[in-house]
Amino acid sequence: MTARPHPVPVLAVLAALAALTFLVLLPLAALFAEVLDQGIGRALAAFNDPESRAAIRLTALVAAISVPVNTIGGLAAAWCIARFHFAGRGMLLTFIELPLSVSPVISGLVWVLLFGAQGWFAPVLERLGVQVIFATPGLVLATLFVTFPFVVRQLVPLMVAQGREEEEAALTLGAGGWRMFWHVTLPNVRWALLQGVLLLNARAMGEFGAVSVVSGRIRGQTLTMPLQIEALYNDFQAPAAFAMAGLLALLALVTLGARAMLEWQTRRAVDAQVTPA
Amino acid sequence: MKGSFVRPNPLPGFGPAFGLTLTWVSLIVLIPLAALVVRPWSLGIAGVLASLGSPRVLAALELSFGASLGAAAINVPLGLLVAWVLVRGRFPGRQLADALVDLPFALPTAVAGIALTTLYAPNGWIGRLFAPFGVELAYAVPGIMVALVFAGLPYVVRTVQPVLMDLPADVEEAAATLGARPPQILVRVVLPAILPALLTGFAMAFARAVGEYGSVIFIAGNMPGLTEIAPLLIVIRLEQFDYSGAAVLALAMLALSFTMLAAVNLVQQLLARRGG
Amino acid sequence: MRMQICAKAVAAALLLAITIGGRPAAAQDSLLNVSYDPTRELYREVNRAFPAVWQSQTGRSITVNASHGGSGAQARAVLDGLQADVVTLALASDIDALAARGLVAKGWQARLPEQSTPYTSTIVFLVRSGNPKAIRDWPDLVRPGVRVITPNPKTSGGARWNYLAALGWALRQPGGDEASGEAYLRRLFAQVPVLDTGARGATNTFVQRGLGDVLLAWENEALLAREELGAGKFEIVYPSVSVLAEPPVAVVDAVADKRGSRAAAEAYLRFLYSPDGQDIAARHYFRPRDPVVAARYADRFPPLPTFGIDLFGGWAQAQARHFADGGVFDRITAPAK
Repeated sequence: MTARPHPVPVLAVLAALAALTFLVLLPLAALFAEVLDQGIGRALAAFNDPESRAAIRLTALVAAISVPVNTIGGLAAAWCIARFHFAGRGMLLTFIELPLSVSPVISGLVWVLLFGAQGWFAPVLERLGVQVIFATPGLVLATLFVTFPFVVRQLVPLMVAQGREEEEAALTLGAGGWRMFWHVTLPNVRWALLQGVLLLNARAMGEFGAVSVVSGRIRGQTLTMPLQIEALYNDFQAPAAFAMAGLLALLALVTLGARAMLEWQTRRAVDAQVTPA
Repeated sequence: MKGSFVRPNPLPGFGPAFGLTLTWVSLIVLIPLAALVVRPWSLGIAGVLASLGSPRVLAALELSFGASLGAAAINVPLGLLVAWVLVRGRFPGRQLADALVDLPFALPTAVAGIALTTLYAPNGWIGRLFAPFGVELAYAVPGIMVALVFAGLPYVVRTVQPVLMDLPADVEEAAATLGARPPQILVRVVLPAILPALLTGFAMAFARAVGEYGSVIFIAGNMPGLTEIAPLLIVIRLEQFDYSGAAVLALAMLALSFTMLAAVNLVQQLLARRGG
Repeated sequence: MRMQICAKAVAAALLLAITIGGRPAAAQDSLLNVSYDPTRELYREVNRAFPAVWQSQTGRSITVNASHGGSGAQARAVLDGLQADVVTLALASDIDALAARGLVAKGWQARLPEQSTPYTSTIVFLVRSGNPKAIRDWPDLVRPGVRVITPNPKTSGGARWNYLAALGWALRQPGGDEASGEAYLRRLFAQVPVLDTGARGATNTFVQRGLGDVLLAWENEALLAREELGAGKFEIVYPSVSVLAEPPVAVVDAVADKRGSRAAAEAYLRFLYSPDGQDIAARHYFRPRDPVVAARYADRFPPLPTFGIDLFGGWAQAQARHFADGGVFDRITAPAK
């Protein structure tokens, strides 16, 4: 518990920081420099455009649906995988992680193959008069696919490492299944879960490749924020495009800030628990 | 459902949770992927092989997988270095640097592509430094590598970091007391312990790089046979109404990725069994 | 049982998504125009002007939505079910593809005047101020050290016109034939450092990223780029001969009939041929068909000898021969072995 880290060579620190600067910090700085170049006023004016507002609303809607669905599903899957041994467990985990390594383009393509006018379910949709591809449902489905593994990936390693003793103890003490879940399981994974949800949300709002295949690019209707950025960029409205990109980057930074805060709080809580003991 | 395939366990909720999981996986991943697996065979086996064997497709696959391997290989030492510094180092701004690592996760790929191109194009802040020497970063393979390293870095750092954190520092300290120097500690003590995590990180970075689209198309030149990545070729085929051709290529990429992930999971299980 | 509750929650969320965004907008008060890349500014203005016309004709209000992207990609989206009432694309072959699947009636090109192309354009060169590489005509493009920016003919309609304009010049040279044309194209594409997927992407590469010495572009795109992006930074060079580019328009019959929007869709396309519509097109640098409007904007569009798509045997033949998989374009850009 009193592990005192010994010094890391200054050279190593500098090298790591240099790598982060060139890869991560400078692109971000370049982005914000472009925004500031145009002036804050013009950047803010970009958000008065009704099409840009529609894009922001649509992105929020897509995230508002994708996040809970994939969080609930992810919790259930993590419970199975981390707490039980069953045939095909590794297979299931591989399938769940598959979307991470599938090209976003493919993630969009599969929905077109299913629900497009030439797709498997085209006749059914036609009869119901429901539009999936090139409408909000298609955007939601593509986003669900892309953000599918985030929660599971955060939870499983942690839950495996924690073991199931605490939960078994809770049961022995007479807690019911849901009580155990709310009072033992969930608090134990709280931080990892939130971290997963934050990343899920960030990806849901920022996905480009997959939604670009299923969007149809109808202005003010099926353009999410990243697609709107591309549209503005191609409209010779670079200032507005960079303003919107800056907003998404800011969102990413807030996400990361919130994560760092969570991590710090959790560590403090853990330390507080541990020290008196 | 609970039959014999699950090992007996006092914990509740396997049935419902497993049912929900299967529904979720099937609806969102399995059924769509099934469509992808079935589609190409309308071409017939010969058609599939011909579609995969064209020089342009082979060049695109070679570029995608080659550049991704290269980027993942760069990401392993780089990510390890960053993770090690973040875990063991004490310097001002460490938490900021820690948070920045996840930026490629959180930043929309299109935004990343535009930002990286702005930076590395011949008239960008960094590209400008290299342009006088005739070195091209953007619109050439180096640019693609930069984008892929960018995309993959957090995977390596974030898989290695927790393991490094759990690694008792006193082991390293003991080694230091015994006169080992930091590089020796790293190679002899730290490296063996984090090998599985490093392997996972490598696989994830690689898999992500192979499929990366949004950030690469901005910075790659997209010239057939030279700087055209496989995902772009899928899009191109799609836009030519060549659904089966697009699905063939997608399926080939999927199969390669799936093999890769399955192999890593297997190695992981073997290592875990040996370790525990 | 809890599983069922969760499953129901998931289903409800999906249903919510469908009800919020999935229902096609009610008919007769909206149109969707699916168009290609460089018409963004043109149709923004057309879509603002048309509702007044429709209001005066019928007393009803209407909104026109627009979608822009690479011409081939847009046609693909319509094939996949994008509910376009009208398409205004870069090439006849993209609308032919819709006709082949029964979305647009066969013989669509004869339904409106001028083979259903209300405006035309051509392919010109955009060079940097002062024309430092002294680019005057097609042969200058393949001089050593000249870097040419053009988008990918596989994905961009404008790029196909670029390609055919270059090929047409080569074919019309003394002794020019298919072999010499192919040789010229091979040399031309060897000078191309970046193939963007769309015409707008190529313009951005040339203008914003400063890459290349010459951009092959639609005349309307080149004029727009010169006006919008770089007063005094770019010049337009008219080659000795170029292609007459005819971007066609059509009502998507299958969608218009289903949505009951045929009358509005047809009125919308007819508006493009009206003096007002022609004036908007000319203002946005497309060459109008109407001789009166053309005369008004004569100083903007210098006369240029052109050849049409018939030089290549029509779109169906040009498409199959040059741009299909394994076609001439694939051959000339195949990786050297």
